[in-house]
Amino acid sequence: MTLDQSTIRQLAEHLENAELNRQPVTKITDDHPEMDWEDAYAIQYEIRRRKEERGGRTAGLKMGLTSQAKMRQMGVSEPVYGFLTDAGSYGDGAEIDTAAFIHPRIEAEVAVMTKSELAGPGCNIGQVLQAVDFVTGAVEIIDSRYENFRFDLKSVIADNTSAAGFVGGSVMRGVDAVDLPTLGVVMEKNGEVVETGAGAAVLGHPATSVAMLANMLAARSEVIPAGTFIMTGGITAAVAVDKGDTINVRFQDLGKVSFRMV
Amino acid sequence: MNLTEERILSCGNTLYDCLRERRTIDPLTDQEPGITIEDAYRISLQLLQRRLDDGEQIIGKKIGVTSKAVMNMLQVNRPDFGYLTDRMVYNNGDEIPISSDMIQPRAEGEIAFILKHDLNGPGITNAEVLRATEAVMPCFEIVDSRITDWKIKIQDTIADNASCGSFVLGDRAVDPRNVDLVTCGMVHTKNGEVVATGAGAAALGSPVNCVAWLANTLGEYGIKLEAGEVILSGSLVPLHPVVPGDSMGLSIGGIGNAAVRFT
Repeated sequence: MTLDQSTIRQLAEHLENAELNRQPVTKITDDHPEMDWEDAYAIQYEIRRRKEERGGRTAGLKMGLTSQAKMRQMGVSEPVYGFLTDAGSYGDGAEIDTAAFIHPRIEAEVAVMTKSELAGPGCNIGQVLQAVDFVTGAVEIIDSRYENFRFDLKSVIADNTSAAGFVGGSVMRGVDAVDLPTLGVVMEKNGEVVETGAGAAVLGHPATSVAMLANMLAARSEVIPAGTFIMTGGITAAVAVDKGDTINVRFQDLGKVSFRMV
Repeated sequence: MNLTEERILSCGNTLYDCLRERRTIDPLTDQEPGITIEDAYRISLQLLQRRLDDGEQIIGKKIGVTSKAVMNMLQVNRPDFGYLTDRMVYNNGDEIPISSDMIQPRAEGEIAFILKHDLNGPGITNAEVLRATEAVMPCFEIVDSRITDWKIKIQDTIADNASCGSFVLGDRAVDPRNVDLVTCGMVHTKNGEVVATGAGAAALGSPVNCVAWLANTLGEYGIKLEAGEVILSGSLVPLHPVVPGDSMGLSIGGIGNAAVRFT
């Protein structure tokens, strides 16, 4: 840690205000080049604490930067994680208010719900597969609080890895009922196929992403409790959405997730 | 049509020589700026004829330029096609010797259709394609170009048998009624690392659309897709260059896997 507590609190308020007022800001490492990874997560956890203090619920966790290509591009060997809020939770078929975001983009993902605790270090894919209650298709809405999505890794971790919302699917399957690496995803925007992909785009296997999350949390002496909803990481590239767009994402064996930006 | 019959034949013969001698030529579109798509198909037929004269047999057809990205790159709005011969086919797990067989190969992941009935276009519907399909298989197409550095325009690739090189049929043949060909996911690996993922919809919205397109396009020339033929329906992932030593893998959700090594 290089930042003191009051700086962390002030940066958390700064970033959360950017979110609440839909006013993008410049990346915080410009003013605090000395900040480290722990500082970045400390700011994210302070934003989470502020929301919970006002009565918000943490609705789950999310993984980011889960493709080898993105990690190489950012020069890191580990993904990043953030949290999901109840305020950002939408159901299949939702009409989503575009004005609630600054410059929203969407990614298709596989999400899991856990039924038992996962703890690192040493958490492995076998433990994850046993701990999964069900898998479902989901769409994450990301919305960086930084101008034009211009950020570095520490800035984006502090900004809750750009998390802004998620749309959950309505088809659930046990983990044995699907082949997660080859599970295909087709994203359609206004009736046109804009992205396709498969589960292996997420670290080779979405369950590997969950194991890495447990192991990263272990560094903070935290576990993934039973009953945690986890967005495992983007299978498709992020696609910009705007008011009036209709989105339909089809998942192999997991139905579809649809919504409209209004 | 802009090229003379004589010029069509000489272009086809030159491409045939390049194929056999593993060398490339400058784009035909540079040599013959007026070349039309119809000219290009006629050149491809001469190239094919030379191969048949050598004793090769047609065992199927391929559809190319099925993704929006490739259509944009070549500035066209429809696919193209080429012929598959017995000399192009490899089986799951085989080695392909680049140094004796290929020039500048690139691997694509596709779904192959094995037909049990003829498809006689035009007027063929998707339901009829499914009825005529015995099985679908995971498949690598190894595209290759007889045009220097792959500097192709649409006419160049069409004349060059749609840049076909060889293809590798995978480990399972699945009844198409048991798989959703639109959402089935594809994972493409090179030397163990995931290099791309995609799904069936990446080829014109569905691989079935591609086969119907080919049946209807060839039908206008009185050519049918025949029972027993292999139809390569178009790549679901971006093409990936391969070199000797590379080991490529392909998995398709609900269908199966394909593997090939290059030497």
